This record gives sequence, C-alpha cells and structure tokens, in this order.
Amino acid sequence: MSHTIRYRLFQALLVALTVGLLTFIMVRLLPGDLAFRIAAGRYGYDMVNSAAAEAVRQELSLDQPAVSAFFHWFWNLIRFDLGHSLVTGELVRDAIVHELGHSLDLAATAMLLSLIIGPPLGIVAGVRSGGVIDHLLLASSVVLRSVPQFAIGIVLIMLFSVKAGVLPAAGHGHFLSRILPAVTLALGLAAVSSRVARDAMISVLNSEYYMFGRTKGLSGFELFLRHGLRNVAVPIITYMGMQFVYLIEGVVVVEILFAWPGIGHGLVHAVVARDVPMVQGTALVMGLMFVFLNALVDFLNRMVDPRRSIA
Amino acid sequence: MKRTVLIMVAALGVLLPTLLFAATPLLQIVAPWEISSKDPSKAGYVFTRLEVGETLVNFDPDGQPLPALAESWSSSEDRRVWRFNLRSGVHFHNNTLMTPQAVLNSLKIALKKPGVLSEMAVESIEADGNAIVFRLSRPFSPILAFLAHYSTIILAPESYNGEADVADVIGTGPYKIALLQIPQKMEIEAFKEYWGAKPSIDRALFLAVGRGETRALLAESGEAQVVFNLDPATLIRLGKMEHIDVISIPIPRVVTIKMNCNNPALNDPRARLALSMAIDRAGIAKAILRQPDFLTDQFFPPCMGQWHNKSRAMLKTDVKEAERLLAQCGWKKMESGMVERDGRPFKVELLTYPDRPELPLIAAAVQDQFRSIGVDAVISINNSSEVPARHRDNTLEMALVARNFSLVPDPLGTMIQDFDPKGGDWGAMNWSNVHLTKAISDLVSSGDPSAMSDSKQQIITTLHQEMPVIPVVWYQQTAAVSRSLKNVVIDPYERTYRISAMEWRKK
Repeated sequence: MSHTIRYRLFQALLVALTVGLLTFIMVRLLPGDLAFRIAAGRYGYDMVNSAAAEAVRQELSLDQPAVSAFFHWFWNLIRFDLGHSLVTGELVRDAIVHELGHSLDLAATAMLLSLIIGPPLGIVAGVRSGGVIDHLLLASSVVLRSVPQFAIGIVLIMLFSVKAGVLPAAGHGHFLSRILPAVTLALGLAAVSSRVARDAMISVLNSEYYMFGRTKGLSGFELFLRHGLRNVAVPIITYMGMQFVYLIEGVVVVEILFAWPGIGHGLVHAVVARDVPMVQGTALVMGLMFVFLNALVDFLNRMVDPRRSIA
Repeated sequence: MKRTVLIMVAALGVLLPTLLFAATPLLQIVAPWEISSKDPSKAGYVFTRLEVGETLVNFDPDGQPLPALAESWSSSEDRRVWRFNLRSGVHFHNNTLMTPQAVLNSLKIALKKPGVLSEMAVESIEADGNAIVFRLSRPFSPILAFLAHYSTIILAPESYNGEADVADVIGTGPYKIALLQIPQKMEIEAFKEYWGAKPSIDRALFLAVGRGETRALLAESGEAQVVFNLDPATLIRLGKMEHIDVISIPIPRVVTIKMNCNNPALNDPRARLALSMAIDRAGIAKAILRQPDFLTDQFFPPCMGQWHNKSRAMLKTDVKEAERLLAQCGWKKMESGMVERDGRPFKVELLTYPDRPELPLIAAAVQDQFRSIGVDAVISINNSSEVPARHRDNTLEMALVARNFSLVPDPLGTMIQDFDPKGGDWGAMNWSNVHLTKAISDLVSSGDPSAMSDSKQQIITTLHQEMPVIPVVWYQQTAAVSRSLKNVVIDPYERTYRISAMEWRKK
C-alpha cells in the first residue's frame, strides 16, 4: 500500500513538472504579442492600445528571458504560491478554488444523476438482453451520444425554463441553477455508462460463477446482490473515474452555455488572454486531479472487485 | 398511509424549490461583458453601469455635463486650472464621509494607471478646502468628459490594498455591491445613505453570459428583465412576444476600415475613396445589422451632435466612379475582373475580430464588394489586440473595427487618440493632415462653442476628402426588456443602465 502511495506521489511530481513546462512553452509559442493580449484581457478591446500594452510589459517584466520566468514560477510553486492572474490581479489559487468548486459541484451532480439513470437501466437491459428495453436503450444511447451537448442543453432550457418556467435557464448561485447543466451532462454520460453496465451484466450472466450460484439455488435478486453487483461495478467504476476527469475539464461548452463559472471556461479565457499563471495553475490542478482520480479508481476497484480480495 | 406521506414529502421537496424559484422577483440584467477585475481602470464600466461607483461629472443622453460628485466647477481663463467643488454629505458604502482627501487619493491612483486619462496632461492635482484643483500643462477643454470616465470613479481609501490595488469596490452610488463573483456575477442592493433620490428597485443582479443563444433564452423565459447584445434575428423574434419590448438607440460607435496609408496600394486618397465607394452600406445595414434606416451617410452618426452635419458630403455607393478612380491611380482591370498595376494585383489583408459577432460577417460583405471593383481582400480573423499590435509593428494593411467614439462622453476623447499626427492604434495609420491636426488642437484648447463648430466641420471635411479611415456602418444599442419593468432607458454613452430610475410595473 505504501509503495502505491509513494508511486502516486512520484507520479504527481512528474505531472506537475511536465504540465508546468509544457503549458509555459505552449503559451509562449502561441502567435501574437503577449503584452497586447494581456492588455486586451485586462482593459477590453475598446481600451487596448500601445500605451496599455507597454504598461503591461513593464509591470510584468515580459521582456525577461523565458527560462528565468519559468524558474521563477517553479520556485513559487515549491512554496505553494501559484502567483496572481495577469488579467484580474486575483490570486490564481483563489480563482481556481472558486472555479474548481463550481466544476466539482456540477461534475458531482452530473455524475450522481448519470449513476441514477445509466447503470440501473443498463443492468435491466443486460438481464433482458435482446428485449424491448435493450433496443430502446440502444436507440436512445445512440441519439443522446451523437447529439451535441450544446443542442441538448438548449432543448432542456426551452422545455424547463421557457415553457414550464420551473428551472433557471442559466447562471449560478441558486440551488436549482445546477440542475439543467448537470442533466445535460448526465444524459451523455448515462448513454455510455448504461452500455458499459449492460455489457458487463451480460458477461457476468454468462460467467461460470454466476451459473454456479444459480444451480446453488439462490434467487435471482440474491444472486445479483451476492455475485452480480460487485462484478458489474468494476468496469463502471473505471469508466466513471475517467468520465469524472472529462466532466471537470471537458465541459467548456456546457459551462459557457449555462454561464457556469467552471474551470474549463476559466482555462479557455486564460488561454485567449495569455494569462500564463492562470493557464499553468489550472493545468496543474487538472493534471494532479488525473493522478488522484486514477489512484481513487484503483483503490475503489481493489475494494469492490471480489477477485482481488480473494487474492 | 406511511407511503402516501412519504410520496407527498418527496413531491414537496421537488416542487418547493421550483415554486420558490418562480416566485423570486429579482431584477436581472444580462450582457456578454465579463467583469475582468475590481480595478476601475480595467472594469470600471461595470461599476458605473450598475451605479455602484460615481464620477465627479456626469453626462445626460444629449452629451451635456451634469454635476455628480462635484456640485459645480470653474476654470481659469487659460483653461489650465480647473476647480471642482465637491458635493457635501456624500457617504461611501462603508458609511464613511467622502472627504476631499479621499477624492484626491482616488483620482491620483486613477491617473497613475494606463488609459485615456494620460491625454489630460495633468501637472498637479490637489485638495483646496472642499474642492479639487487640477493644474494642466496645456489648455484642455474636454476635461469634464474625461472626469466622467469610468476609471475615475471615486472609491473610499479603504478600497485599496497597498498602494493602488483595489481589494473592495467601496463607492458612493445609489447601489452597493452585495456579492461580486469575478468574472460573471454581481449582485447589488440599494444604499440607504445615498445622497440623491432613493431608487425604487432594491436589489438587482448582473450576469455576464457569453452565448447569445443563452441570453435570448433568458429574455424569453422572463428570468432576465433586461438583456443586451442580441443578434438582429433574435431581436425580431423576441419583439413579437407579449412580455418583451425591444428598445434601441443609436450610439457613438462606428464600424470603420482602418488602413495603412503607407501601403503602396492605399497611399493614394483616390484609391481609398474608391474602396469607400465600392461599399454597399445600405445592403450591410439591411442584411447584416437588420437596421435598414441606419446606413451611414457620413462619417459620424447623428447622436454625435455637431460632429454630424447632414449638409456635408454624402458617402455613396458608386462602382463605376470607384473603377474610374482606381484607373486614375494606374490600376488596370484584367480579364479575371481583378485589377493590376505593374504586374501586381491589388491584394490586401483585411484583419478583423470576433468580439462583435457582426464584424466577420461585415468583413465578408466588404470582401465581396471590393471584389466587384477588382480588389482582392483576404480576411483574417484574430484577437482584437492584433489591431493595435500590428499597427505598432507596421505590418497591418487593413482592419475592420468597431470603434467606440464615446470612450469618454465627448467624441474628442477618441479623436485625439485616433487622429494624432503620429497615428492612432485604432485610427489613422501613417497618415496625417495639418488642417485636421490644427482643428483637433483648437478643439482641445478652445472653449468657444462657435469656433468649436468650425473646427469640427473642418475635421469632417478633411476625413471625407482624404478617407484615412473608411466608415462602413453605424451602430445602435438594443436591449430586450421585460414589460414588467418601466422607465428603462439606454444610455447612448453606455455609462449606466439607470437601474435607480427603473420601476416594477404594477400588475
């Protein structure tokens, strides 16, 4: 166990270094004058001019060599200081906490909803494979996965905000604000997790240990609880772990559509405005989250998978 | 029985929040502009629009100065010393009194930051009794407009962290900040100690929403009562709805084509005039902006007072005349329909940016219209900061921009920057004209209204003759407004949403 933790910590350090270096190089390599881009982000396009750009260049010492700027960032990182946003002047740490908090909130709600919708339907479809539910689920999964989330979101807003008037169309702060963006994401996730659950269920159903359980005389439900659920859960947890990362970083479209101040939305803005510390900080947090979630998925699978406990 | 109670509790749990949501009467204003900072020099416009911060001087919709935090003002005869007498009994939102020292502190910090204020050439600024005295290194008549700029909002000394960092926006306006979540959300509530008339609406929420579709749906669902920057097609659709009014007014913003007048193809005024004549402004106004009555008949829109004079030359579309002018410059039409001179085609890069969604569309229309006279414009869509950046490194050929002539409520503030003899980042490039320079300089130093009118006419005439920048179309600001609100007025200078004047309509 301690070996695994040491390995993950080493992995986290490598990720931090690589992400920091890569984001730094990529932002520096992007075309366009850094000072003008930052000035545009700060003052808006009506007010950006040579004088504003020059003031930015002086204030941020943008003329200093890239190598020393990178080491400066890394030295601060060792002291857990991610610096200030070049655009807003806010502490990067505070901005990330605000954005990540919102992203985690949305991701967790979406994950919970997709867990309620996807796997149970998949398991039912697996048990009755080839039946009506299986076919209906296949068709709806294909539709929900192929329609862009942007379109699903607009349809949901039309139905629940414009027509019914019961849920906020966009924004954050209200308890209900998270529902529509979370459902938008959850439908896409459930479309795949239901398929994963269905296939896992079929493979469990056809396994020898499951058949043995049946010949042992267990009832269908008992059999599923004792021998089915944990085995079906392994691929679902692995899939969900990866999807959670996708949810946090890949929901830019949904965040922008619903005006949700998440980390994906923040990262896009930071890249456009060449806000280097924000890009580095955000990418770093996302990279570390990958490491953490991988570790978490390993841990959960170890707990759930009956084969490992026997071993 | 138990089951029925459980079902009822569950149903209530689901329904109650939705019912509460439907019953919340909170004024919501939605626009695409994000709140980039707490610093007035960066995002002060949000704080003036939401009436959190106030400036020394205010302006009415006709461009006339009004007393705000300064009750009155006077200037020395040479217009280099300006005295602003402060209003007494004004409280900051932390309930401390506004003192001349606090005003001085706030203005000194504003003057140190980059922005339009650098044009004022301030030598010194000091508090004298209950007044603030500006000493300038040259006569400067548009000072009132500059002191209405959002970067000069007066904040309490407690707002600043260290020397000049703004930690909290503690202003003097009728509303104070209840919640600020950069970059998207700000909630305000009425400030009870406000010196002026008490607002009727107690609370309001500003939400920055980037997507036009979402803004439209927020208006349509009735969740947001005032929604800005909707595309023309959406406005037509929303205007047909029972619960929405669409209001619009012309604003001092003009879509222009900035040109590098050192470019061999563009250094002849006749060539620039030819390009201007090729543009079908009526078509662009009708088909892209859906504002058929809004075609540009001269450089500046009518809302810019004396800068607009209908008796001056009209900007007309005349392809034949444009071709004749190009021929005069030595351009020959080839079989392909494109023009060439000395074996080289008339080919230019037309840079634009997507911050205003209509700009790329207008660029495509302009490209097509230039092609009708044999000019090949290659469109490049990039970040808006590329325009000043490439002006500076002299690689810009042409740029289609939406220029704001109300950076301060007097268009002169923008003119000084755009038509400086050395060029302007968003205006003339490698072009200057002694008459125009003198006219602008006269306007800056003179306070005589009749002399000012002559100077403005001189500027308009020169711009029409030399065409260093081609005006394409004017703008109007539009908003979808819920009928549950009354007294909603759009400020042509985009300084305020006037929430304090709005009222809920009685049902």
